[in-house]
Amino acid sequence: MSSRRLSAVNDFVVKFANVNGSGSASANALFAKSLLRMGVPCAPRNIFPSNIQGLPTWYEVRVSEAGWLGARGGVDFMIQMNPQTWDKDVASIEPGGYLFYDSTRALPKSKFRDDVTTLGLPLTEICNAAYKDPRQRQLFKNIVYVGALSFLLSMDAETIETLIAEQFKGKDKLIAPNVEAFRMGRERAKETFGEPIGLVVRKSDQVGDKIFIEGNSAASLGAVYGGATVCAWYPITPSTSLAEGFTRWCKKFRIDAATGEQRFAIVQAEDELASIGMVLGAAWNGARAFTSTSGPGISLMSEFLGLAYFAEIPAVLFNVQRAGPSTGMPTRTQQCDVLACAYASHGDTKHVLLFPEDPYEAFEFGAQAFDLADRLQTPVFVMLDLDIGMNERLCKPFEWDPNRKLDRGKVVTAEMLENGFEFGRYLDVDGDGIAYRTYPGTHPTKGAYFTRGSSHDRYARYTEDGAAYVDSVERLLKKHATARTLVPAPQMIDAAQPTKTGALFYGSTSPAMQEALSMLNKDGLQVDGLRARGFPFADEIKAWIERHDQIFVVEQNRDGQLRTLLTAELGIDPAKLVSMVHFDGSPITARFIHGAISKALQPANVEPRRRIAS
Amino acid sequence: MSFLPKPKLHHPNLPTNKLGYTRRDYEGTISTLCAGCGHDSISAAIVQAVFELEIEPHRIAKLSGIGCSSKTPNYFLNPAHGFNSVHGRMPSVATGANLANRELIYLGVSGDGDSASIGFGQFAHAMRRGVDMCYIVENNGVYGLTKGQFSATADRGSKSKKGQVNADEGIDLVQMALSLGATYVGRGFSGDKEQLVPLIQGALLHRGPALLDVISPCVAFNNHEGSTRSFDWVRAHNEAVNRLDVIVGRDEIVHAQEPGTVDEVTQHDGSVLRLRKLAPDYDAHDRDGAISYLAERKRAGEIVTGLLFVDPEPSDLHAALRTPAAGLNRLGDAELVPGAAALAAVNASLR
Repeated sequence: MSSRRLSAVNDFVVKFANVNGSGSASANALFAKSLLRMGVPCAPRNIFPSNIQGLPTWYEVRVSEAGWLGARGGVDFMIQMNPQTWDKDVASIEPGGYLFYDSTRALPKSKFRDDVTTLGLPLTEICNAAYKDPRQRQLFKNIVYVGALSFLLSMDAETIETLIAEQFKGKDKLIAPNVEAFRMGRERAKETFGEPIGLVVRKSDQVGDKIFIEGNSAASLGAVYGGATVCAWYPITPSTSLAEGFTRWCKKFRIDAATGEQRFAIVQAEDELASIGMVLGAAWNGARAFTSTSGPGISLMSEFLGLAYFAEIPAVLFNVQRAGPSTGMPTRTQQCDVLACAYASHGDTKHVLLFPEDPYEAFEFGAQAFDLADRLQTPVFVMLDLDIGMNERLCKPFEWDPNRKLDRGKVVTAEMLENGFEFGRYLDVDGDGIAYRTYPGTHPTKGAYFTRGSSHDRYARYTEDGAAYVDSVERLLKKHATARTLVPAPQMIDAAQPTKTGALFYGSTSPAMQEALSMLNKDGLQVDGLRARGFPFADEIKAWIERHDQIFVVEQNRDGQLRTLLTAELGIDPAKLVSMVHFDGSPITARFIHGAISKALQPANVEPRRRIAS
Repeated sequence: MSFLPKPKLHHPNLPTNKLGYTRRDYEGTISTLCAGCGHDSISAAIVQAVFELEIEPHRIAKLSGIGCSSKTPNYFLNPAHGFNSVHGRMPSVATGANLANRELIYLGVSGDGDSASIGFGQFAHAMRRGVDMCYIVENNGVYGLTKGQFSATADRGSKSKKGQVNADEGIDLVQMALSLGATYVGRGFSGDKEQLVPLIQGALLHRGPALLDVISPCVAFNNHEGSTRSFDWVRAHNEAVNRLDVIVGRDEIVHAQEPGTVDEVTQHDGSVLRLRKLAPDYDAHDRDGAISYLAERKRAGEIVTGLLFVDPEPSDLHAALRTPAAGLNRLGDAELVPGAAALAAVNASLR
């Protein structure tokens, strides 16, 4: 037992070390949800292997009264249920922290740390005594440790029992045995340890009306609200739950109660090439269509993306990024497809990207992407990542303006053609670089055209004339400039005092960055923040960069991909942009960002423009 | 991919169909394929087929991949939207288009390189998925645009123009389509328009995945001695198992007829396929029988043509997906967007 013990109220990190497939996920989720019900913000994160059963998996819960939802780094309280990872897990506990484990089998003293409080409870023994069925012994062990934890962290038992009842609603027979297991764990912990530990969960009011949802589920709900009817996809971690989410939401909202007709078509394609092909066929034909994928899928789709760009066909792609290159780390997070998506396909191409920071924006951008794709007649990428996509996250409740209408963009109708509208498929009539299109079958004699990936003139006729080619690809640049005004504008977080130092970030880096900026502010270091939310970059981004002398571009990939995009597209002096990258597959932390920026800003640092990486 | 505009003038007494369209209204721009190319005959057959069926040309969507064959949608049905996609990927684009609007007729045109090599997977999955489309493969056994390499449908042992002998087994797309669940499978020959036109008509009217493998000799690179896709070879080895007439409504479209027993198939849309049997032992309703018959005749060196299999009660992807009868692309805000109140309920369920 250590002399110094961590003590904190509603501000610590709990981590569960489990075995994949042991049924721990629902017990761990119950723990996280209990915190929220007690009004205490928390951010859980699954850290899992590319495996179905047997390999180590972790569930980390950041408890934060202040509402910091980024990964913090470090562990205050380790719930160690997996001998395979014991040594590493024990080593990761903060000095003064706590270790809870199954003490059924005695472990040598060398397996413990002097500066960590050890809390052993014979979980296997307890469950073997209470249950006969081996499966029950395993499953209830999870609930038993939640019970023990609730005692140790001074949590409200009633809240958890209410949640158990909600969780098993419809399978009511399971409620009583689970509550019983929970109480057993709580009682045994009280008998064994006597009193709770120094980490305390106290009821609060910091959750408010916030909702708790995975980004993939939120994005797929956005697709429903965005009017998507065709989804063609191929299973790939970590995007699979997005297509599955779309299926679930469509079943809820898009099935005609009277006829059973389904106002959607979801096809699990044979591969990513077919997925994007189907999306383009459907969108060409006037339906809103999307695919969900991850980096390897983007590589496979690249040929079609060039066609969509050049032939100007709308498409929405949800890219739930994972660590690359190649197969990389399929179950680890990164922001590593920024360049691959921005310039996907051969030839000169530029695409539209949106960077949501959380499920709220995943929903918002998920819906908006379809309007943008139709308006701009080009692929639009919603750049999620595993951290946002596959973890439940606390966020603002979704909003929908009842007066909002789907924007189908420039579409020529049969009436317009009848009334003498001069249709040229690639004719820019109003100077925004966007031409009108017709849907197939619109009119018996007018408005048909031939869509092709080969060079074409303003009337969609094949041409190898250099001037006609230049005319068409320069118009695409003009269209891209229009896109700049339509993508979500950046958000700024100003430092307490005017400063020439800034930090530019995007996507899932947001919560850690916000916390880091607050930490820097407390230290008296003045750093302005800018969160980019779309590409092509809005004019405000360039103006903001020009107002600052030194900018840390904080991102989760090795090469500083957004920084490259900023220098290439905005003509920024690269020396001004300091790349600050974190790319080991774990989510970026406020501790890392704070540490790295603090170090860079120390007056003694003679070489402030070096690259900083973790 | 024409550089020359086609003159719009035509003879004032050119016959019209019931819709008031002349054949010229079903044509496309001037072909840039080689003179005598089999593919142009197929384009002409498509023009005749749709004209006779009295389908408004804009109710058809024509899609293709890349290659000589895939250029042809530009050469027929000018008032129809066309989509020249990427190599081997026509099936997925057609699938998506069909998902968006089931009210149009989908005509996919591909070649042997496009469908049997790079697009073999997409071809297979469109068939097994049951995409309601007429899928025509203009099969010449050779890569023409890149000047004469063997394609995957070239027969083993056949000789290229440069004298090279093909050592690889040829893929028979008809056999593939039969085993993958296509519900209308036929083989034609670009040199036999009487046989081909009704085969195309039946496929366009068929409400399920229809595959037509059309042997279409390449005059530039595969019309020599030693080739098994030359005009002479195909004429000499063509064994038609039946001749087809397509009857829509009350009007029979009469084509050159030959004697034989008659088998009538009524399709879902009311059209009747009248099969004049030439091989008395051939049954176009027996999928497994067709597979073994074709294999047997292939061993004997014959190219079997005709309507090889038809399921009069086909199903398609939309039936499995339970989509509405009207195209998904017609749905508006009211049918698609659940609205603010529903979202408030979603929010409440996430707390």
